[in-house]
Amino acid sequence: MSFINYSSREINCKIVYYGPGLCGKTTNLQYIYTKTNPEAKGKMISLATETERTLFFDFLPLSLGEIRGFKTRFHPYTEPGQVFYDASRKLILKGVDGVVFVADSQIERMEANIESLDNLRVNLSDQGYNLDKIPYVVQYNKRDLPNSAPLDELKKVLNPTTVPEYEAVATTGVGVFDTLKAVAKLVLTELKRGG
Amino acid sequence: MGTPQVVMFEEEQQQIQAVCDRLQRDSNSIAILVINKDGQEIARAGNTEHLDVTSLSSLFAGNVAATGGIAKLLAEKEFSGQFHEGEKTNIHLSLVAQRAILVVLFDSRSSLGLVRLRVKKASEELAKVFEALVKKMSAGNTPTVLGEISDADIDNLFND
Repeated sequence: MSFINYSSREINCKIVYYGPGLCGKTTNLQYIYTKTNPEAKGKMISLATETERTLFFDFLPLSLGEIRGFKTRFHPYTEPGQVFYDASRKLILKGVDGVVFVADSQIERMEANIESLDNLRVNLSDQGYNLDKIPYVVQYNKRDLPNSAPLDELKKVLNPTTVPEYEAVATTGVGVFDTLKAVAKLVLTELKRGG
Repeated sequence: MGTPQVVMFEEEQQQIQAVCDRLQRDSNSIAILVINKDGQEIARAGNTEHLDVTSLSSLFAGNVAATGGIAKLLAEKEFSGQFHEGEKTNIHLSLVAQRAILVVLFDSRSSLGLVRLRVKKASEELAKVFEALVKKMSAGNTPTVLGEISDADIDNLFND
């Protein structure tokens, strides 16, 4: 839920990176963190297990600059992708303004992608949101791997509504900022429409 | 379904700030934070220069959300207050009007009893401000500046 403060002239928006376990959600945020100027970012918070799997969420506050005198602050979160953390995933989606679905391009992860996408739809709907109506983009990550599925197949299965979609290699940063910019733009456009 | 918004205006911001300043003095605490349930800062008072308020806001909201999730699983309506005891710093967290989180950071110069007492009064005052804010929002008295944002403004934000 965007928070617009007319007193401090700030727009705050929440973006959630969703996807199956080990698809690269945290890697997306880590790349953004390393490539963003210090004055435009806060600390990256990672609530992770000892084996560096996301336990609750990762969080990275970003300032994108000013728009008509309002500072725009984006708060990207990741959710824990492992199936058994469903209760936590629901909590992270509370108040979301935009969603990035990070798909794992590897053929053997296709089922996990589908399961996660179904789970996203259900959990959003539990919070009163409809995936077809909120700002939403899809990222096909790990495109560099030899066992990655053909793009057409991924698109057909994971993006039937043809929302903006990006190929990515989050470890090297390919497609990472394109994805972030796309969802941030959609969120602001939605805000403008609602404002 | 559009994205719902929460807004804050100058008048209510000042009222919230006044309540926070008074609570900080009356409870003899280190600092006060008011955060919305999505983890965004609304107000701060006291000695906050050394605090990473943005990170804290996100973590306090996560904490409250997790506790709310536990309450649901235990068929409790909510756990309205939480207390964390540290070696030097203690934290008192409470929900205000189901909309915001009131955080009090305090040390040995104060006590849990005093903080609880002062928080009760401050919560009531804050609840009234939030109630007024909701009324204002539902009456549609929101400025139109966001509607004036053009596609070009949005594009400009992303020009490298």
